[in-house]
Amino acid sequence: MANPSYETTSGGGFWGWFNARFPLDKMLKEHVTQYYVPKNINVWYLFGGLSLFVLALQLITGIFLTMSYKPAASDAFASVEYIMRDVEWGWLIRYLHSTGASAFFIVVYLHMFRGLLYGSYRTPRELIWIFGMFIYLALMAEAFFGYLLPWGNMSYWGAQVIVSLFGTVPVIGDSLAEWIKGDYFISDITLNRFFALHVVAIPLLLVFLVVAHILALHTVGSGNPDGNEIKKHKDANGVPLDGMTFHPYCTVEDVLALGVFLILFCSVVFFAPTLGGLFLESPNFEIANPMQTPPHIAPVWYFTPFYAMLRAVPSAFGTQIWGVIVMFAAIVVLFFLPWLDRAPVKSIRYKGWIHRVWLAVFAVAFVILAYCGMKPPNPPFPLISRICTAVYFAFFLLMPWWSRMGKFKPVPERVTSNGH
Amino acid sequence: MATRMRLGALALGLLLCLPAAVRAEGEGNLRHAENEVRNRASLQRGARNFMNYCSGCHSAQFVRFNRIGTDLGITDQELKDSLMFTAERPFETIKSSLAPADGRKWFGNAPPDLSLIARSRGVDYLYTFLTGFYVDPSRPTGVNNEALPGTAMPDVLADLQGLQAAEFKPRKADDAAPPEIERLKLIAPGTMTPEKFEEFVRDTVNFLDYIGEPVQVQRRDLGVWVILFLLVFTGFAFLLKREYFKDIH
Repeated sequence: MANPSYETTSGGGFWGWFNARFPLDKMLKEHVTQYYVPKNINVWYLFGGLSLFVLALQLITGIFLTMSYKPAASDAFASVEYIMRDVEWGWLIRYLHSTGASAFFIVVYLHMFRGLLYGSYRTPRELIWIFGMFIYLALMAEAFFGYLLPWGNMSYWGAQVIVSLFGTVPVIGDSLAEWIKGDYFISDITLNRFFALHVVAIPLLLVFLVVAHILALHTVGSGNPDGNEIKKHKDANGVPLDGMTFHPYCTVEDVLALGVFLILFCSVVFFAPTLGGLFLESPNFEIANPMQTPPHIAPVWYFTPFYAMLRAVPSAFGTQIWGVIVMFAAIVVLFFLPWLDRAPVKSIRYKGWIHRVWLAVFAVAFVILAYCGMKPPNPPFPLISRICTAVYFAFFLLMPWWSRMGKFKPVPERVTSNGH
Repeated sequence: MATRMRLGALALGLLLCLPAAVRAEGEGNLRHAENEVRNRASLQRGARNFMNYCSGCHSAQFVRFNRIGTDLGITDQELKDSLMFTAERPFETIKSSLAPADGRKWFGNAPPDLSLIARSRGVDYLYTFLTGFYVDPSRPTGVNNEALPGTAMPDVLADLQGLQAAEFKPRKADDAAPPEIERLKLIAPGTMTPEKFEEFVRDTVNFLDYIGEPVQVQRRDLGVWVILFLLVFTGFAFLLKREYFKDIH
């Protein structure tokens, strides 16, 4: 009976004792059992949950890989083969992790495309989008650092190419590239620091950003395909009329989505773990060799749209930095999306054909860029890459004008369907 | 909803075609290995071929003898008697009798380790390489290769296959591009018929495919059960979701 007032406020028993000291009950209510989601969300709204699942999968498989992997230039390649051959179930853990990397980008790209379709980044959700973009950046860094770790020949030369991009910065470029590598070339030192960043720094950052992303989302509430706000219409108890609680409705839906996702994911893991060289590139089955480049260096598919943009821009005034600027600008411009879009409605459902055509052309250009980035830079690919790069930037930079054009349908006050 | 599903199916179809499209280039001239990694007898013959004809110069440093034994049904005694030329104990890996420094001195290149060669180059490449030696007096070894022009490797299978000559495609005298091989013709028979020799190479490539990823057969077998489980799981998840969503109007 140290402090009776605490015992009585949160009910009895251990649950009461615990919640008087930690807001577990309150948090569960706020984020799970009494968090209201619009009941008209559709299949596009499942990829956020799947991203969270893949993040957990990568963290857990990553921990087990770390138990057998050796971050040293002399041992790394052999330790991966040790995992593949001698460690119990090591092959499965490794394939889950390598396939998970690609799956992460697939679900994140679809999640981002949902944002474009339904204007998920519009007021009041700008900050959710910004946090999301930082997650995307962290994810790219995580993938880049992780790709060096198997110490295959594509790991080595891929890292060489990306780090050399920083070398194009005027004046400080060479010292910058050297600072990143910690050496004059990609070496044991580089491998060790990339390992530290891949397994400690970036995962911590990712988890922190994901928490921020979700907290921001739960503060303003989830959007929906109609682009209206369910918080505007509440019943006497303050419950949104067009809402359903996250649990059990979204959770059972997410479990179903997870089942479908895992069927596709496990088909790759068990029947085509390299996916024809797309998820695991064949030159990476040879150990890193500083004396011999692979026949054709290409990053893994999720970076190829940006790689194509890099190569699309010719060098001028004796420097290749223009391509690097274009490539980074392609990512930076995404951060400004909430302020580039001036359409009076959020959702594609209530926009005219101009918006549909722009979005379709943009999506097609992005996919074509991804394809061009995998190919050697021979005609006609540089020309196609240039056209698609122009389309990519036109989509964003002209958005303040085209997003205001065309006919808009009135947005209904209440959601139009239950979506299921 | 139907349109959406059709679009989804289309997108998925395109995604699955992508690897084929990316891979297509540069593999046009390879002969197909058509090896079956489930064929244990072929793998056993391949292991014999590998130990007799490859392991003299090439290592397979990630491959343990007892793993081969377990997977291919070969006892430790049989391993010791007929396969382990360079090792004492069954858990050792396949080492070559040739020191890398000697390899460099004698051939210009140390012969590569073959543990992962099927994964980095592909089985069709290996099959074309091993059947693709032809007489070329301009080379130090007296032979050249269709799949890897200018290879440093001598034709170690010449006794079995015999000697081949290359017939080149006709071309203009001022054509700067290297000549393209039309076909290879047997000019001196070996101890094996061409069919027998192709079997020999197919078995060897099959073994290389197996050591590239020893777990591959178990992986696929387990995968069938995993997918079956997931189909059942997803079916129940669908029913559960439908039941809950009866509340939502």
